[in-house]
Amino acid sequence: MIEFLTPFIIILIKVIFLTFLVLLPLVPVSVYFERRFSAVIQDRVGPNRVGLPLTLFGFKKDFHLFGLVQPMADGIKLLLKEDFTPSHVNKAFYWLAPALTVVPALITVCVVPFGSDITLFGHTESLVIADINLGPLFVFAVASLTVYGITLAGWSSNSKYPLVGGVRSTAQMISYEIALGLSIIPVLTYFGELNLTRIVEHQVDNGWLLLPLWNAYGSVFSAAYWEHSGEQWLFMIPALIAFIIFTVSIFAETNRMPFDLPECETELVGGYHTEYSSMKFALFFMGEYAAMVIGSALIVTLFLGGWSLGFGLDKHIAALEVAGFGIGGLIHMMVFGGKLLAFILFFILVRWTVPRFRYDQLMKLGWVVFFEAALINVFIAALIIAAPQLGALIITIGAIVLIAVTAAIIWVAKVSEDKTPALRA
Amino acid sequence: MAIIKVQRPKLKFGEKIYLGALIRGFFLTMRHAVRTILGKSVGAGTLKSSGTGVTMQFPEQTWDDQLPEYYRGAPALVTDEEDRERCVSCQLCEFICPPKAIKIIPGEIPTDDKWAKVEKRPKEFEIDMIRCIYCGMCEEVCPEQAIYLRKDYLITGYSREDMVHDKKKLYEIGGKRVGLVNKWNELK
Repeated sequence: MIEFLTPFIIILIKVIFLTFLVLLPLVPVSVYFERRFSAVIQDRVGPNRVGLPLTLFGFKKDFHLFGLVQPMADGIKLLLKEDFTPSHVNKAFYWLAPALTVVPALITVCVVPFGSDITLFGHTESLVIADINLGPLFVFAVASLTVYGITLAGWSSNSKYPLVGGVRSTAQMISYEIALGLSIIPVLTYFGELNLTRIVEHQVDNGWLLLPLWNAYGSVFSAAYWEHSGEQWLFMIPALIAFIIFTVSIFAETNRMPFDLPECETELVGGYHTEYSSMKFALFFMGEYAAMVIGSALIVTLFLGGWSLGFGLDKHIAALEVAGFGIGGLIHMMVFGGKLLAFILFFILVRWTVPRFRYDQLMKLGWVVFFEAALINVFIAALIIAAPQLGALIITIGAIVLIAVTAAIIWVAKVSEDKTPALRA
Repeated sequence: MAIIKVQRPKLKFGEKIYLGALIRGFFLTMRHAVRTILGKSVGAGTLKSSGTGVTMQFPEQTWDDQLPEYYRGAPALVTDEEDRERCVSCQLCEFICPPKAIKIIPGEIPTDDKWAKVEKRPKEFEIDMIRCIYCGMCEEVCPEQAIYLRKDYLITGYSREDMVHDKKKLYEIGGKRVGLVNKWNELK
């Protein structure tokens, strides 16, 4: 009986540990960083007071802890606020919408590899909830369900600004999903793999996709590396294009700043969550940040080596043992967390640097620029990957055709630009 | 009013591609962030701030030593050099007070008192600091120069009753003021 139940118990422990003790705490942490980092960018201080109120319990001094407890205070505030449901809303969908934005973001965690294997009581377990063979596709499939939550919130609020927000969200999703999916095809062809765990393991041995500083023959400091790294460096070109398109599309997918049109405060009051209050609003908020964490996790996993530290150090880390417990996985998890936080800080930096795009600019960027760029990028990557098997003549012909097609697309895009002078008083 | 037709500026290729401006923007915001973290942001030196921008860390740092001479803080009663209450409870301040914050109950000075010739002093003198608008009219109208707006601005309390300053509190804030009106002490 126990043997029968063990796998289920292990999965349950993994779900609780990785979702509720790793991902969810990252949400308040990123909120805290958002507030402090934005403050520092704008020459302000930010929340730096909320800490341990020890004077309430008779101690001499409070500990401010740089305001790290602030998100907890925010959470308590949101929980205790009045949960107001306006009378004019469509109640069923109004209640469903916040759950629909937060649940997909939490489901997608299950394919993210947080670290290498850990060994407990002679039993080896990987730090992935579900090690399935279609990682990124699963993430795209589930994460795009988030848009239903936003659209439903906008529609069921039965009010004009939320409706516009919800419609914008849908249109934005359609124009970015294509570029998002197409942009990582080069990456997936390079790895020949859809399993995120094996993609990371490949990067452990052969260098990160965007930082191929080592491979199976050694690191940058050895001569053998340079003899075998030509293809890796050449693949940097499509990898970098894919990285830029993928990152920007993730920004659009998570409704982050340059593309946060569904909730843009200056035009739509509060966007799709105008009519929401208390914990329902907090769920939208949480869903947005959880999506941001997952997006960063996916980018880190695909392009920046996931949990690996690089330079062949990972084998030594994985072999680390303390009193019979293989703790290498936990150290890898910390490395992954560090990379994740760095990328979240990048997300925040972008939010406070780049002004919001106009709606038509966003559409143009999605349909005219990124879609075509991602499509061409697929063929560039294919040419580079197939080059060793092809003759010089075929490679040259392929390159010329590719350049011609690119030039043609740029020409068509330029010609089809709206030339009619705008009517302005 | 003439209509001005604004033409959209012609963008160069570098500006159209947007990436350069983006990276310049990152450098700009990061410069601000690093300077603020190091405590060297704009105004940190000249504005006596905590180092992060113009922000002062309030309870620890205050503007007290930089308040101007004419700063109008909490109104308070003062005594003269011989510890006599300057207020003779003429109630002019009570009548002029625009929000009716002042309440005075006059009292007589007994004949055996040293200052019997002043005749009156306030038995009770209350200023409701919730109502007070710090206009300074009481100070202006006072013929005895007994009420002054001091530089105290941290008037706080847990209840409405806490916010009513009684006579004791007013003298505590006001303290002693020397050599203003010497009508009663025959120093002139």
